[in-house]
Amino acid sequence: MRKLLSGNEAIARGAWEGGVHFGAAYPGTPSTEILENLAKYEEVLTEWSTNEKVALEVALGATFGGARALVAQKHVGLNVAADPLFSSSYIGVTGGLVIVTADDPGMHSSQNEQDNRHYARAAKLAMFEPSDSHEAKEFTRIAFDLSEEYDTPVLIRMTTRTSHSKSLVELGDRKEVEVKGYQKDFHKRNLLPANARVRHVFVEERMKKLEEFSNNFEYNRIEWGNREIGIIASGVAYQYAKEAMPDASFLKISFSYPLPFKKIEEFIKGVKKVIVVEENDPIMETEIKAKFPGVEIHGKDMIPMINELNPRIVKKALGVVGESEKVDYGEIPPRPPALCPGCPHTGIFYILNQLKVTVTGDIGCYTLGALPPLNAMDTCVDMGASISNAHGLDMALRVIKGEKKRIVGIIGDSTFFHSGITSLIDLVYNKGVSTVIILDNRITAMTGHQDNPGSGKTLKGEPTKEIDIEKIVRASGVEDVITIDPFDLKLAKKVINDAIHKEEPSVIIAKRPCALLYRKIKWKPLKVVPDKCIGCKICIRLGCPAISFRDNKAVIEPFLCTSCQLCKDVCPIDGAIVPDDSMDGLMIRDLWDLEKELKKSKEEK
Amino acid sequence: MDIKTIIICGVGGQGILLASDVLSDVLLNAGYDVKKSEVHGMSQRGGDVISTVRYGEKVYSPIVGEDEADMILAFEKLEALRNLRLLKRDGKVMINDFRWDPLPVATGTLKYPEDIVERVSRKTKNYKVVNATKVAEELGNIRVANIYLLGVLAKEMDVKREIWEDVIKKRVPQKAVDVNLKAFAVGFEG
Repeated sequence: MRKLLSGNEAIARGAWEGGVHFGAAYPGTPSTEILENLAKYEEVLTEWSTNEKVALEVALGATFGGARALVAQKHVGLNVAADPLFSSSYIGVTGGLVIVTADDPGMHSSQNEQDNRHYARAAKLAMFEPSDSHEAKEFTRIAFDLSEEYDTPVLIRMTTRTSHSKSLVELGDRKEVEVKGYQKDFHKRNLLPANARVRHVFVEERMKKLEEFSNNFEYNRIEWGNREIGIIASGVAYQYAKEAMPDASFLKISFSYPLPFKKIEEFIKGVKKVIVVEENDPIMETEIKAKFPGVEIHGKDMIPMINELNPRIVKKALGVVGESEKVDYGEIPPRPPALCPGCPHTGIFYILNQLKVTVTGDIGCYTLGALPPLNAMDTCVDMGASISNAHGLDMALRVIKGEKKRIVGIIGDSTFFHSGITSLIDLVYNKGVSTVIILDNRITAMTGHQDNPGSGKTLKGEPTKEIDIEKIVRASGVEDVITIDPFDLKLAKKVINDAIHKEEPSVIIAKRPCALLYRKIKWKPLKVVPDKCIGCKICIRLGCPAISFRDNKAVIEPFLCTSCQLCKDVCPIDGAIVPDDSMDGLMIRDLWDLEKELKKSKEEK
Repeated sequence: MDIKTIIICGVGGQGILLASDVLSDVLLNAGYDVKKSEVHGMSQRGGDVISTVRYGEKVYSPIVGEDEADMILAFEKLEALRNLRLLKRDGKVMINDFRWDPLPVATGTLKYPEDIVERVSRKTKNYKVVNATKVAEELGNIRVANIYLLGVLAKEMDVKREIWEDVIKKRVPQKAVDVNLKAFAVGFEG
């Protein structure tokens, strides 16, 4: 049976067909749907881990017990998991271990454009690069057998375009594989230096054997065509090149580390000129040039290194088409994403903007608080960096330079669990006094609502222990801790203002569920009374997508408004913003009550 | 046949991804190889959304670059303009006459272009402006705007009407089948 699947759905399917028993991940675009889809298969135990390092370590533990395991993360997630990644290469596997990295050329939703094919080389691991969904499924299935046969974790490198495009997949059946069980193997799994030295010898031998596999792998394929030009390509870049020059000769690289040098040699000998078409870094190009000096090999002298490729860019680079005809479309205003109407983060950023403090930020929906008109985030580095950046900046300015305290770190609930906790402990331990705001919207929102340790539910939808952020903060040594409702602007402003003027570490937990958790509800919107609106634009400064400014008056779009009432609260004129009584519905502000929630959680304890 | 490319674009929350799913199913049922691409992540937060659907005997790339798309179906006017660079010279554009101010316009920093249709005509004379909201309101269900727009698109394509109707019947809620088929008919026959 053939089915249209996204690359991520296909990976999950391939893992299932390959007999996987266990899957772990931390969500991150463009990788998130891999675990979401794997969780749908009853035979597979899956979990959201607190971060990527934990996910890989848990999966490695599962393979110690002889289970087949899959880990998935976005490219920068593999940085977090890099430590166990390198160790896993020496240890190898008992049950097969497949590690998916979903890279993001073009940075659709990432902080950098790193090319994770480097990791295969650095950690000495096998790597597959699918170019469509069918290959994603097949390679994942094959990777489990390969992993056990060669005693190696296997990397699968996806990119945004292979993960998030759909193409036809030929479905197969599940291969039932027994969980082998645990047998102690001290020399293999305990990387004391004496053991690791022996394992390194094994790793180098393994890589030689894997090169033989690469030479014989049927998907590393020569497609002879016109012998004037020979194109070597991997991943989705193969599809672009194939479309640009269908008649050229191709060497399609599907298993990209170690490279199939025997096949490459055969191919190079059969064509006049070689062009390596790869997205981002010149990885294959560099290795092939080093192996075959004196041969005419092109690559990054023609193909751009920055930004993602597409068929047009490859056609231009190969000289198939010329420059596009210039058309003047005029100025086109951008459409940046924004915090949603009713978002519990909006008010906090509005206050931070007013207080003119320096804000070190983090990764999540709330990074959008950096954009106009809120403009309330100075830095965004990586997961968890808000707190450690705040501490370092505070050390430089307050302790070393003698200035007054003025730094606020801001972080989401899921990011706090991911890697904010260790930073907070560091801050307290090293006598930092920064203020940290934890935006607890009860879910991992940016990647599309995944549960996390604070949400009380697992990936499989089962109820579980709800981890209490306030308790963690107190246990970390912070004494000035308060949980507030971010819709209570007056209190929030007072609390934040007090905190930044105190020379002791403080944490403010702004707790209220993500507005999108109430997606199916019909709202009773607010409306602006035009006669009363003085056109002061204060409500516009909230950056709420439901409010616009036309003919010198604020206007509220009834289909977008959720009645969070922040605009009403900041409006200086009484009665200028009122509920629209012509419409029925609920108001988002009424659907959650911090006092009740706190009482409830106390009673449960 | 050559590979054909259709781009559906608009604003997050407008139902672009559902529309391109329906289109992909239709093309598969019509016997084509199909690839579809979309960018997730920011789509629920009011950012621009684009989905590319490509079909033919054998499709390689899931996306296209400048001057490569055959048709654009824009659920929002400004988004038609934004994606016009992807359209072939004299390709077809179907524009829903609906304005959704992006944040920089809403806050009064930038202006929403008033001459979108004129600007579109600099790239192609093959454009058509429709009003999905009006049609959907007349049919008494604002949610059928998407299916009406697919009807407008279907009229320009060479796929049997029954195939479209079969997919729509499967994709929309049971109780809304009739009104959706009506919306499709208005687009297809209009």
